[in-house]
Amino acid sequence: MNKEIIQNLLQRDARADRVVPPTGYTAHLTLFVSGAMAFLAVFVLALSLASGRLADRWATELAGAATLRINAPADQLAAQTEAALTVLSQTPGVASARALTTEEQAALLLPWFGPDLPLDTLPIPQLIEIIEGDPGLDTAGLRLRLGAEVPGAVLDDHTRWREPLVDAAMSLRRLGWVSILLIGGATAAMVTLAANASLAANAQIIEVLRLVGARDSFIARAFVRRFTYRAFFGAVVGVLLGMTGVLLLPEASDEGGFLTGLGLRGVGWLLPALIPLLGAAVAFLATWTAASRKLKELS
Amino acid sequence: MIELENVSYTYGGGELLSDVSLQLQSGSFHFLTGPSGAGKTTLLKLCYGALLPTSGRLSAFGENVAGLDRDQMALLRRRIGVVHQDCRFLDHMTVAENVSLPLMVSGQAEAAKREDLSELLSWVGLGSRLDALPPELSGGERQRAAVARAVILSPDVVLADEPTGNVDWEMSQRLLRLLVELNRMGKTVLIATHDLSLIRAAKSHVQARVLRISQRQVQLAGADL
Repeated sequence: MNKEIIQNLLQRDARADRVVPPTGYTAHLTLFVSGAMAFLAVFVLALSLASGRLADRWATELAGAATLRINAPADQLAAQTEAALTVLSQTPGVASARALTTEEQAALLLPWFGPDLPLDTLPIPQLIEIIEGDPGLDTAGLRLRLGAEVPGAVLDDHTRWREPLVDAAMSLRRLGWVSILLIGGATAAMVTLAANASLAANAQIIEVLRLVGARDSFIARAFVRRFTYRAFFGAVVGVLLGMTGVLLLPEASDEGGFLTGLGLRGVGWLLPALIPLLGAAVAFLATWTAASRKLKELS
Repeated sequence: MIELENVSYTYGGGELLSDVSLQLQSGSFHFLTGPSGAGKTTLLKLCYGALLPTSGRLSAFGENVAGLDRDQMALLRRRIGVVHQDCRFLDHMTVAENVSLPLMVSGQAEAAKREDLSELLSWVGLGSRLDALPPELSGGERQRAAVARAVILSPDVVLADEPTGNVDWEMSQRLLRLLVELNRMGKTVLIATHDLSLIRAAKSHVQARVLRISQRQVQLAGADL
């Protein structure tokens, strides 16, 4: 299919378009399907972009940090904390290390235990926040040294739970893109069905057009243009409704966690504009293929 | 123009035409007659490429029709105007749009000026029915609109399948005069009809060869008509 054919297909010719009756259930089917699929595509796109953002954030924010937990009897806790800070200050790759205050530790436990828990009466371990420098931290070496000098210290470099979380977010993103491909495939299948039904319903018209000397390309164009424009306008409506839905989603917040960060951000808002174009392209190819095959059958 | 050499056509195991040879020369006028079911429509369909011979050779304008692809066949049909018994219009389009359909499909839509269409439709007596829809036309009007559509591309050959089948005597004479007029303009005309009175009436207007299909073969009809 060359450039000239595509241009001819996209140029509206009201008189030529009239050869196919303008109404029929296939028109409504195409509009509805492309609208519904575009609506779903907007949400999947938003989910996929949000998953990507989340994966990036977890990967970057947590990669350069580690936490040291001191589990020691109350009377040894301060001494072991001091010893650990000394070790950390002498360890290459540690940019900074500081012990969390009682208030900061209470804030971390607040979501689980509520505000009225008497933390000072409980044996809470002391947490030390470590920010890695450049070059990075030799966690294996640090663990060995801490094991010798600070017996109650447990080093958590976040690897244990950061990687599964990033993997999960990346999987979610991949799932989003697979869903978009499936939506495209389902749209193509439905448009093909509708185009085939329309071609079959208009077999007599095709026969008349052939009798007066119409080439297959003329007949196919009449159908392809119609389905392409229907798919485009259906998708425009679907995208507008989908974007309205995304706009109404709650803003991202710490309290809501991941579920409140699903919306579109920045240039991400421009991406749904591609959906009607992609929908039209899918309908174009699906109808062209269906029409070519059907016209061959009818000859 | 159109030549059949030993053409046979078989459908569903039965032979409808057997070893038919026929030449439609430029500017000639032919009637094709025979009882219903004799194969007149089949022969016409072979002439405009809607059917291909089972055996034998069919050529149109010097080309072997069997060797044409679908695009070439479309170009061939632009040189052959066909008037069908059932007219075959697109009922959702007006008479003017239906008549200009051959111009539209051949990429000459801009040539379909309303005043030219009006002139053509006036020639067939439908000057006031440009904007009517086909279902609103009488049988005779439909046939005349079909004649207008068949000639709008100024084809070399006009084939008419029972053009007077659904009209009264007066209208059949009117249609006959239109087809005779086309022949005088140099068009090759072949009319398939079972109406012998139409053939007799034509004798005073045009020098026509009368062919009869009988027992799956085409013969030149005798003086008994």
